Amino acid sequence: MLGEGIVKGLGETARNFFGSFVGKERLTTVQFPEERLIQPEATRVFPFLIYDTDDMEKGLRCVACKICEVECPPKCITIEKSTEKKPDYAGKPQFFPAKFDIDVSVCMSCQICVEVCPFEAIKMDTAFELSTDDRFGGLLWQKDRLAKPNAYYHTIHPTEAAAVDEELAEKKAKAEAKPAAPAANTGAAAVR
Amino acid sequence: MRWGTASADDRMVEIAGDPDGGELLEISMGPHHPSTHGVFRMNVQLEGERVMRLKPVFGYLHRNHEQIAEKVSYLASIPYTDRLDYLCSMTNNWAYALSVEKLAGIAVPERAEYVRVIVAELTRLQNHASLIGFLMQDMGASGTPLMYAFREREKILDLFEQLSGARMMCNYMRFGGVRVDPSADWLNGVRALTGAFPRFLNEFEKLLMENEILISRTQGVGVLSRELAVNAGITGPMLRASGVNYDVRKVDGYGIYERFQFRVPLGEHGDVYDRYMMRVLEMRESVKILEQALAGIPGGPVMDPKARLRGLRPKAGEAYGRIESPKGELGFFLISDGTTNPYRYRVRPPSLINLTVLEDMCLGRSVADIVVTLGSVDIVLGEVDR
Amino acid sequence: MTQALDQIFVTFKHWAVFHSPAAFQPAVSVLLSIVPVLIIFPSLFAVTTILERKGLARIQNRYGPNRVGPFGLLQPLADGLKSLTKEDIVPRSADKLVHFAAPLLLVTTAFMEYAVLPVGRNMVLADMESGVLFFFAVSAAMELSIFMAGWSSRNKYSMLGAMRAVAQMISYEAPLILSSVAAVMAAGSLSTVTIVEKQAGYSGIWPHWYVLTPWGLGGFLLFMIAATAESNRSPFDLPEGESEIIAGYFTEYSGFKFALFFLGEYLGMFAISGLGITLFLGGWAAPFSFLTWIPSWIWFFGKLLALIAMFIWVRGTLPRLRMDQLMNFAWKFMLPMTLMVIFSAGLWRFLPQGVLRWVICAVPIAGLYVLLGRNLTSGQRLEKRTYGFAE
Repeated sequence: MLGEGIVKGLGETARNFFGSFVGKERLTTVQFPEERLIQPEATRVFPFLIYDTDDMEKGLRCVACKICEVECPPKCITIEKSTEKKPDYAGKPQFFPAKFDIDVSVCMSCQICVEVCPFEAIKMDTAFELSTDDRFGGLLWQKDRLAKPNAYYHTIHPTEAAAVDEELAEKKAKAEAKPAAPAANTGAAAVR
Repeated sequence: MRWGTASADDRMVEIAGDPDGGELLEISMGPHHPSTHGVFRMNVQLEGERVMRLKPVFGYLHRNHEQIAEKVSYLASIPYTDRLDYLCSMTNNWAYALSVEKLAGIAVPERAEYVRVIVAELTRLQNHASLIGFLMQDMGASGTPLMYAFREREKILDLFEQLSGARMMCNYMRFGGVRVDPSADWLNGVRALTGAFPRFLNEFEKLLMENEILISRTQGVGVLSRELAVNAGITGPMLRASGVNYDVRKVDGYGIYERFQFRVPLGEHGDVYDRYMMRVLEMRESVKILEQALAGIPGGPVMDPKARLRGLRPKAGEAYGRIESPKGELGFFLISDGTTNPYRYRVRPPSLINLTVLEDMCLGRSVADIVVTLGSVDIVLGEVDR
Repeated sequence: MTQALDQIFVTFKHWAVFHSPAAFQPAVSVLLSIVPVLIIFPSLFAVTTILERKGLARIQNRYGPNRVGPFGLLQPLADGLKSLTKEDIVPRSADKLVHFAAPLLLVTTAFMEYAVLPVGRNMVLADMESGVLFFFAVSAAMELSIFMAGWSSRNKYSMLGAMRAVAQMISYEAPLILSSVAAVMAAGSLSTVTIVEKQAGYSGIWPHWYVLTPWGLGGFLLFMIAATAESNRSPFDLPEGESEIIAGYFTEYSGFKFALFFLGEYLGMFAISGLGITLFLGGWAAPFSFLTWIPSWIWFFGKLLALIAMFIWVRGTLPRLRMDQLMNFAWKFMLPMTLMVIFSAGLWRFLPQGVLRWVICAVPIAGLYVLLGRNLTSGQRLEKRTYGFAE
């Protein structure tokens, strides 16, 4: 009969109207900034560099291997290698980045830099309230802004950080077990 | 009807010449227009309210996607494919990954295939739901069905965020599997959504399906005949609404689609109402596929542990990988010359190819029907313009 | 006591007129009648804008405006301030006088319609013998202002919108007026005061409202549908179809003139709802005889608010009709139905009271409804379809 579908539609709308006063299911707005959604752990916004211990210069994990710069799709990372070396987590002397710039206006949050980094040095941050009125300088982030401590990484991605710490500890243990053998060899060779 | 002399002030009014000696009114709908689904322009020549000619003009969103892909490595192209059809990033990724896997001969573990099917069907659900919402919005239903569709879409996008870290630009597939192994919690989340979705579909249908105004505005409008659809290369729900049984999931059986039982809905009349109903019925079929996939997903790795992430150099050759994306057949044609970058990278965009018959569907109908017909073609400008 | 509360405004007016100097008494009397109308109905407009936005929002599972004031109740103030401070742009090639006069004409005629609506017992601005006729004459003048707006803007989209609007409004005038003829016939007078008084009696607890008769119910529904079309509200808002021709006949208006258009449109909506209440819903009469202690003007505004809620509800649900479907609906469905309603009203007058009268008057209306409904949908092959599947 003419009008039946319209009446059914009206009934459906009325149900949503009254339901919105009763339950949260029919009123899904989150009133930002008073209420906030809990971000899932896997959220990714922009990258940041990790440093162990409390010293940004000494504890920076990045060894300026430049793999992330090469693999970055929009080429937003610029790295300049340093000329000296410093010891890394296993004590081995490594280069470090004198300059590490990320142009955040170009970065597309694709996370490929994180995936290809062999040293667990760059991870994805979750902060998103990043407005600035400095259109050029304010969006070119440099090493001092990008470097954050490992403790911060634990607060934003706890399970991931725990897994990474475990892996690094394993690698460190393996690396510490190895020098015992070559030292014995060189000693033997020198003797011979 | 004459509109007065065309002076410098009346730049929008162009009295176009008609070969029969009459006068046609030419209006330009877009690119700034509330209903053209993006920056899309249509030059329409009208006689009164009837459409005499329609010329689509696009390219406002051209971003050199194919050019960029020739300059970066295969891995780096994956985030760019997210942004092609920006509503359905998972299926775009899958089509590209499929082509590269064909080109380089990479095998995919079984659990990864199941996960790919799950996320692809979730993508199909949210795309069809939002499309129906947009169609109703264009018809003037002041956003109510759109809001209901988006309420469900938010749940799916939340699931994507938990899995891959981003709601829309997921960057999830890799060559030889997927990037992240979904946890048991996440799979339970998908189960809950799949259980609740049919209820939402019932409510949605009750709001819309028998609505007389919707029926009178969509039945008989924008008719596409079978022959024209096949000749023009139309794919996807538009083709099936015209009665042609062609679904790439059934024809190619890519991935593990042969293991799932699902039906392909077919329409008869090829009008807007049929296309709209195709999508509603496809949503129900997707729910069935999701249930089967969730029931049968095995354990195991989601990516070959020995596979290298960087530096993929496929042997020289070419490959064409295609999937049934929610819009139609999405294909990637790759020619490799043995280096890390492809020699030629070509996207077969279903939205663009489906758009070529817009004029044929709109001829002789009124202006209000153009908007409805365009809505039923389901275009996303990111794909049309690349 | 309730009698005093009911007549409180009337007594206040008499007191004020009595206590003013003799030379000014006519002026004071006129002012005291007009000024409340000029204050109350625009305030109702402000309240309706916020109610509409919040109502639509709740239908769409979201909050409406809730930042300005508690629960967003001061939003109309913010909107008013905004429209006052916007730049008033007039297109260079527009016809300036007509462009300026169109919103003024709209608002003026909209206010004039309130002169004949009885808002409460003994509370009508102008007790005319031909109140209903006056109302329809003035509402036809509103259509003129819409055409003026579209024409003077010298813009293709506005012109399209204005022509569509005028065609729509003229087509729906016929069912509107004819459905009110039934109520006029039953009351025997064109005066709105008489029509309400005829409906103010009770048999037992049931009121004598015309909507409680079969022809009254049909007439009321037809009247409200035509009223929706007259006020260019969804689902008949193609002239202002946002998604197709931007804003139709008021594309070229900005700032305060735009606000005046909205004001005029909403005032027209209230006035025509008011007329519907007067003709069919018993005006200021209470629904049950034991509720007459509530003042009459509260009942009138209560019914008005209920009708406004219906308008908002329908707007939130239905998509809009295309132009030719609009016209089809008016001429091929509503006009024959209104003629049948008049016929049924006549039958009602001459049949004796009882259930038989109800049935005899309801059957022709229901029968024609089914017949026309089938004709309307079958004419364009509109059907319920089934779909086949391939494996």
